[in-house]
Amino acid sequence: MKKVIMGNHALSWGAQLGRAQVIAAYPITPQTQVVELLSEMCANKTLDAKFIKVESEHSAMAACIAASIAGARTFTATSAQGLALMHELLHWASGGRNPVVMGNINRAMAPGWSIWTDQNDSISQRDTGWIQFYCSSNQEVVDTVVQAFRVSEALMIPSMVILDAFALSHTYEVVDIPDQEKVDAFLPPFNPPIRLTPSAPHAFGGLTSPEHYFELRYKLQKDMEKVPDLVEQTGREYEKMFGRYLGQVEDYRCDDAELIFVTSGTAGYTARVGVDQLRQDGIKAGNLRIKMFRPFPFAKVREILPKAAKVAVVDRNISYGHHGVFYQEVKSALYGQDHNLPIFGYITGLGGRDIPPDTFKEIAHLSLAKDKPEEDITWIGVKK
Amino acid sequence: MKQKKKAEKITFASEKDVPMMPMSLGSMLYNKTGAWRNIRPVIDNSNCIQCGICWKFCPDVAIYIENEFPVVDYDYCKGCGICAEECPTKCIAMVEEEK
Repeated sequence: MKKVIMGNHALSWGAQLGRAQVIAAYPITPQTQVVELLSEMCANKTLDAKFIKVESEHSAMAACIAASIAGARTFTATSAQGLALMHELLHWASGGRNPVVMGNINRAMAPGWSIWTDQNDSISQRDTGWIQFYCSSNQEVVDTVVQAFRVSEALMIPSMVILDAFALSHTYEVVDIPDQEKVDAFLPPFNPPIRLTPSAPHAFGGLTSPEHYFELRYKLQKDMEKVPDLVEQTGREYEKMFGRYLGQVEDYRCDDAELIFVTSGTAGYTARVGVDQLRQDGIKAGNLRIKMFRPFPFAKVREILPKAAKVAVVDRNISYGHHGVFYQEVKSALYGQDHNLPIFGYITGLGGRDIPPDTFKEIAHLSLAKDKPEEDITWIGVKK
Repeated sequence: MKQKKKAEKITFASEKDVPMMPMSLGSMLYNKTGAWRNIRPVIDNSNCIQCGICWKFCPDVAIYIENEFPVVDYDYCKGCGICAEECPTKCIAMVEEEK
């Protein structure tokens, strides 16, 4: 069934198709429509879920964690300041191995008070032990929520499905809503190995001495390392059933490229337009959109980027006092590899400043004019 | 009194034996939080109406029902006073601990 829906509603549809059983969420611009549609779905009984109203995002995640421990498939959504307020509980969900799936709308952190997009909210949660998927279309949002439940529950690690404020959250696109029956075949009910139940009482999240804590974290990392293969396998399975592959990265015209952009989110979609325009001008550009940022897709990045002579990483985020975060991570992934690939770092689009196709033309010309980067951050679009 | 488990420290020889999630690692068998208490609840059974409200409200599950009356487990009671606050007949007194 094809529908024209906004990115926020794509998250709600994903949760409904995934048959989420408990939803606890607090509305925040620009995520509000996610929660509104989910509450309507619950009221109309198209979604058989317990909708828990809460007074904050911290409580929303606490409720989701508790429901997940009890064995319920659990969904929530937030953005920016709300995600930051959840920070403590994000560690609880991953450390407690509760496979909550959450939508996050990338919105710039205040102050200055902003409702427009950049990635610093979710990038700041990089080390909380959550899987992170950055989407570039509403179709990808619906499909990824369904896949995220499958991956998260198989490894008992929570997932964030992330989309740009307004550029996706409020943008209407045609979305092929998968058939419920087929989704049910792809995604069986959540059946955790251990759950909180009166018939087998356990204490969860109690005091953990140095005797055990280290091993718990070792196990979390070891399971995180299984995510790339599982995303690949479930992505191929999804493709067989629904015709759309869901991978760790999306490479576009990279095979013969002299310059590859590394992008994420909706900028990764615009980059493809930039690549096509550059090729019309005789410049062989390509685009590697990082969809899965955590765990980092090391193998894909190491396989695809060395095809080019140069790499330009485009960050819509910044680690103050360091560089763009994707730039750091790409450099780290390529360290010690058998090539000396020049990697350029660009920061643009903070706080919702547009990233049009021309940005990629400018970045291509800057990168091709130099043999190697002369600075760690080249700012694109700062008013002179 | 409720049957108490023997306080024995759980140790694992291999990471493979450690459960995936931090659960039931037995830490509370030896981590007796009652030592944190400054004031202790003392229940006057002559005024107790056996309503079970103290048992239900205790956030540390440190009140048991024995022979239909509440009994405080001082190994774990932290002395928060919620039981005394909630008791409808005010038969629980919070008494200063002598150190």
